[in-house]
Amino acid sequence: MPGTAEAAVPGRAIPMSSDILLQFCVAGVTYGIIYGVVAIGFTIIYNTTGIINFAQGEFLMIGGMTAVTLHRYAPLPVAILGAVAVAMLVGAAIEVLFIRWLHRPTVLRMIIITIGVSIVIREIALHIWDEKSHALPHFTGDSVSALTVAGAKISPQVLWVIGVCGAMVLLLGVFFRATPLGRQMRACASNRDAARLCGINTRNMVTFSFVLSAGMGALAGCVVSPITYVQYDSGTALAIKGFTAAILGGLGSTAGAAAGGLILGLLESFGVWVLPAAYKDAVAIAVMLGVLFLRPSGIFGSAEAARLREY
Amino acid sequence: MAAPGRGAAFTAGLAVVVVAIQVAASVSHKAFYLTQLTMSAYAMLVVLGLAMLMGYAGQASMGQAGFFAIGGYTAAYLTTLNLAPRRGTLLVVVLERAHLLMTRPDGSGGTITHVHPWAAALVAIGLAAAIAWIVAGPIFRLRGHYLAMATLGFGIIVHRIFLGSSLFGAADGISDVPALALLPGFAISGRATSRVSNYYAAWGLVLLTLWMLSNLIESRIGRALKAIHGSENAASAVGIPIARFKTRVFVLAAVLAAVAGVLLTHYNGGIGPSEASVMKSVRYVAIVAVGGMANLRGALVMGTVLTFLSLRGYFGSFDDLVFGGILLAMMLFAPEGILGGELWRRLRSMLAGKKRGDDATAA
Repeated sequence: MPGTAEAAVPGRAIPMSSDILLQFCVAGVTYGIIYGVVAIGFTIIYNTTGIINFAQGEFLMIGGMTAVTLHRYAPLPVAILGAVAVAMLVGAAIEVLFIRWLHRPTVLRMIIITIGVSIVIREIALHIWDEKSHALPHFTGDSVSALTVAGAKISPQVLWVIGVCGAMVLLLGVFFRATPLGRQMRACASNRDAARLCGINTRNMVTFSFVLSAGMGALAGCVVSPITYVQYDSGTALAIKGFTAAILGGLGSTAGAAAGGLILGLLESFGVWVLPAAYKDAVAIAVMLGVLFLRPSGIFGSAEAARLREY
Repeated sequence: MAAPGRGAAFTAGLAVVVVAIQVAASVSHKAFYLTQLTMSAYAMLVVLGLAMLMGYAGQASMGQAGFFAIGGYTAAYLTTLNLAPRRGTLLVVVLERAHLLMTRPDGSGGTITHVHPWAAALVAIGLAAAIAWIVAGPIFRLRGHYLAMATLGFGIIVHRIFLGSSLFGAADGISDVPALALLPGFAISGRATSRVSNYYAAWGLVLLTLWMLSNLIESRIGRALKAIHGSENAASAVGIPIARFKTRVFVLAAVLAAVAGVLLTHYNGGIGPSEASVMKSVRYVAIVAVGGMANLRGALVMGTVLTFLSLRGYFGSFDDLVFGGILLAMMLFAPEGILGGELWRRLRSMLAGKKRGDDATAA
């Protein structure tokens, strides 16, 4: 991760001083908030449909790649808005084409369908773009500019990531609580039949949950792309980490998903301390298996409520 | 599903087709096709195991390539590790006394002393079975999405280990794996002179496996598995030990994958980390889905066709797209497969026309 953690060379030899500690924290929070956004995307769709959308990471990839292409012809804000719109359309298309018309599909069938969707999106992206990694320019400054905070060097882009994603999570909270559409979605999540009896068009709510989660993913994919770069297959790892974050916080809870993302990001960041960097991804998978085997309800979720759920 | 005897008839028919293809390929001087068909046959061992697990026991596994790689890599590692410098250590002395070592010339003019391929194969298969058995415990406490994600995580970890450790050749994998002698004068190897015999060995094994699995499905165990697929609660209520059956099928599928891994590694003379990738696992799932989840024969036929076309490079750079698209289309439109289930029944009743009444009573 250029910009924030040049000090993060793997190995035990790093002395533990407060500025390095801060450096690791910032790196952890930056990645963590991205995982949190993916996890929230999983949660929104899971709550309205009961489906784990394995193609969740692909929304970030679509957002990042589309913005890079649009930025050749348009200024950055326009390119990002365009990319978010494209991802929302893809999200809607996935729901309408592959999910809406299925009558009582089994869980196994839905898993395989969303995995198929993710492969198809990834391979189409490979043919539209290429196998190279791309990135948007840094929103402010460039790749070497850095702010010094308490001895730690922080890239301005990191602040963009934390700011945009943090604002997005807060706005989502407001949206779910204070807007009629948000309330309808929550009603649909807590009891679909009752929501329908109240006159809510639950089918449209499902479509909208895909649109919302695709748009959020795409925006996150745009802001993070100057730091992490994006390529056609970067969605898979993000999906696994986002899923880990989602179950860590207790599947179904938006706040839990955000917290789970931060915890996972910090764990990964500090994992580099003791593990070779090549095994960074293994941290997330180890956490995922640990949560699945030991506490499937997540750290914040209640075990009793989890037992009643259909996974 | 099958009237008694239909399975045997299919196996016999397939045997005839296997022979016919070999004769046709040899007569038309296209024997090189047999190489890809042999490789397809080994892939079908993985598919048959996975079809048992997914179709009959109803448990998703997104990490089947992991077991294939565990088998293949263990065999490759043990048969390329030179033990000569360690002669005198207790383990090597014991192995030598037990005649489990062999010496062969290596590529650069010297000799290499390593574990006998047969011993290595047994270790590889045993290791895969043991890992499957250990993993099955915690994994089968999960269901649905969580089960799929856990098996996916398992597959990724296996992939990372083989890709990341220099012990297993990192990104290059392991090459220079010796032949696996089967009978005097015949070995599992990629040599062109033994192409035809290897083709028969591979397909013989596939047919044998198919026959044994078909028998298993028609037995008490098969009915128990179908009951578990139908409803775990109901199966449990009639006294089926669900956990034990799931574990056994999982181990069986892992063993079949490991056998395929060992044999294909000897046939190709090496193995690389891409064999353990998530996409490989997803491909096996796609093939099982195309055949119709609970349909060993369908999976075998469709899987052979697809794997062969893919190995011949007919799909070009659209290879993964083809498999992903097929997976998607099958699950959307024909979740019971092309050769089984709704689509086929509808087609048959359309062809049969007036005999629809008979068909209904027969079904």
